[in-house]
Amino acid sequence: MADLTTLTAPEARRLLVRREISARELTRAVLDRLQAVEPDVRAFITLTADEALQQAGGADAALGTPGGDPQGTPLLTGIPVALKDLFCTRGVQTTSGSRILEGFVPPFDATVVARLRAAGAVFVGKTNMDEFAMGSSTESSGFGKTRNPWDLQRVPGGSSGGSAAAVAAGECLLALGTDTGGSIRQPASLCGIVGLKPTYGRVSRYGMIAFASSLDQAGPFSVGVEGSAMVLQAVAGLDPLDATSAPQAVPDYLAGLPGGIKGLRIGVPKEYFVPGTEPDVERLVRAAIAQLAALGAEVGEVSLPYTDYGLATYYIIAPAEVSSNLARYNGTKYGLAALDEPEMVRAMELTRQRGFGDETKRRIMLGTYALSSGYYDAYYLKAQKVRTLIKGDFDRAFERFDVLATPTSPTTAFRLGEKTQDPLAMYLSDVCTLPVNMAGLPGINVPCGFDGGGLPVGLQLIGRPFDEATLLRVAYTYEQSTDHHRRRPGREVMSQGPGVDGGVVPAGGAQETRR
Amino acid sequence: MALTLAEVDHVAALARLGITEAERQRLAEQLSGILEHFQALQDLDTEKILPTAQVLDLRNVMRSDVARPSLPRDEVLANAPRAQDGHFRVQAVIEE
Repeated sequence: MADLTTLTAPEARRLLVRREISARELTRAVLDRLQAVEPDVRAFITLTADEALQQAGGADAALGTPGGDPQGTPLLTGIPVALKDLFCTRGVQTTSGSRILEGFVPPFDATVVARLRAAGAVFVGKTNMDEFAMGSSTESSGFGKTRNPWDLQRVPGGSSGGSAAAVAAGECLLALGTDTGGSIRQPASLCGIVGLKPTYGRVSRYGMIAFASSLDQAGPFSVGVEGSAMVLQAVAGLDPLDATSAPQAVPDYLAGLPGGIKGLRIGVPKEYFVPGTEPDVERLVRAAIAQLAALGAEVGEVSLPYTDYGLATYYIIAPAEVSSNLARYNGTKYGLAALDEPEMVRAMELTRQRGFGDETKRRIMLGTYALSSGYYDAYYLKAQKVRTLIKGDFDRAFERFDVLATPTSPTTAFRLGEKTQDPLAMYLSDVCTLPVNMAGLPGINVPCGFDGGGLPVGLQLIGRPFDEATLLRVAYTYEQSTDHHRRRPGREVMSQGPGVDGGVVPAGGAQETRR
Repeated sequence: MALTLAEVDHVAALARLGITEAERQRLAEQLSGILEHFQALQDLDTEKILPTAQVLDLRNVMRSDVARPSLPRDEVLANAPRAQDGHFRVQAVIEE
């Protein structure tokens, strides 16, 4: 039997429905793979292997009921999925990457978790992430560093680096992450997979540990566009438990994938090829845009003049929301507590000093400062006004274009430790993705090639509010015209992973497997 | 724009965040650098621009006033560092 862990989610779905493989076989293969490569990749904080096998058993029962209708089972029945460790999972530790929440066991499921459960997903574990989702490399996690499966000396991106690395390494078929300023799209780009950030409000935030509430949004990772469409189908839509979830109807994303892009207008924002963009990244992204034109799209240049102000605006608004959201970690209701200190305020200060890492402290300080008396107008209010200007840039661009195309990240995966001492350099990693969050728009990363060193490069597509269907169709049409998504990180890069089926060595020396 | 150590202390106190002497020095330096970068925003004329707090066109999202089950108290309190008689237990706020 071929290596089941290299199946895409739709391929697995077809085999499961035809009963050519069982959900238990698939889950076992994924768990074996996980055990073999996890010592190198370290994508997970918590594994839930026993529960996964149990869920797989349930999936087999649903798929194999005599006289039953496997075709009619929910879309994700028996598919192994990983969850970023900020989605509350009933009975399973949820840390948000922070030592301050170590041991916290939620008494409820996040809405997205409940919906994936209802769709038949098998949960293999909770993935590593930057602490409270603040970071671009997963290095600010309180639970160790995750490595990029394409090169173990490099970061997987962040903050959803564990979810991205797990999918790229074959430790699950699908994963859920969150994106506040690029935290799905940037790690998807650095790990060479698809990652979708839906429109703000498209997916419920209930039970998702908050970072910046006006920007956070959950979304999928997958190998191949179709898998992300499957997950979005399962989790999108109004949730009475989240007052900021949107009432717009959820279309049939899978049905919308074929259809092509003839006549679709694609804008290329000139400001997004920022100084510091690696030449290979620019070359491959421009080649991908040329490919979109060859596929029938009308491509034109567009200007988003306030792009330069995006980084400063984001790094005022997001930390301000953080300083408020993280006030709840004071040693009273859950998590770490400085029980050795009898005085209340001092105990809170000590709890937070011991429980939070450097980046979290930095952002709490920054946000508190921006909101403090005397600075509120100059920083926070000013940033909210510039946010209006940034959103206006997109509104105008979408009068002329249906979709915008840009690099997802100015660079490919950087080395572990390379940017940890320089917060601003780290922040620049998200310069192409964070304006999209401030405008609340959907964005997707789709792999568009490999640089000279064999590292993946990603194309970002940005769409109109609630038009994920068009984004998915453009990404799918592009993907089907390339074979980037068929290239997977070398099983040999990581310790004796099973199922090596013919590795080749590309120019840069990183090993890979072509399926 | 440089952040003084006194300002760092003030902000840390507002945030109920304990910091070590080394963190204090490092935060003053790093935050000053970041605030310097933010100065670029001051070049923009935003006098007539309305602020954006969130992007959805939703207001006053209401639900019907119907009671529904809460989380089980025991499971909620199981996560508390200290609980007593069905309550979260905290340090004394008011002296006897």
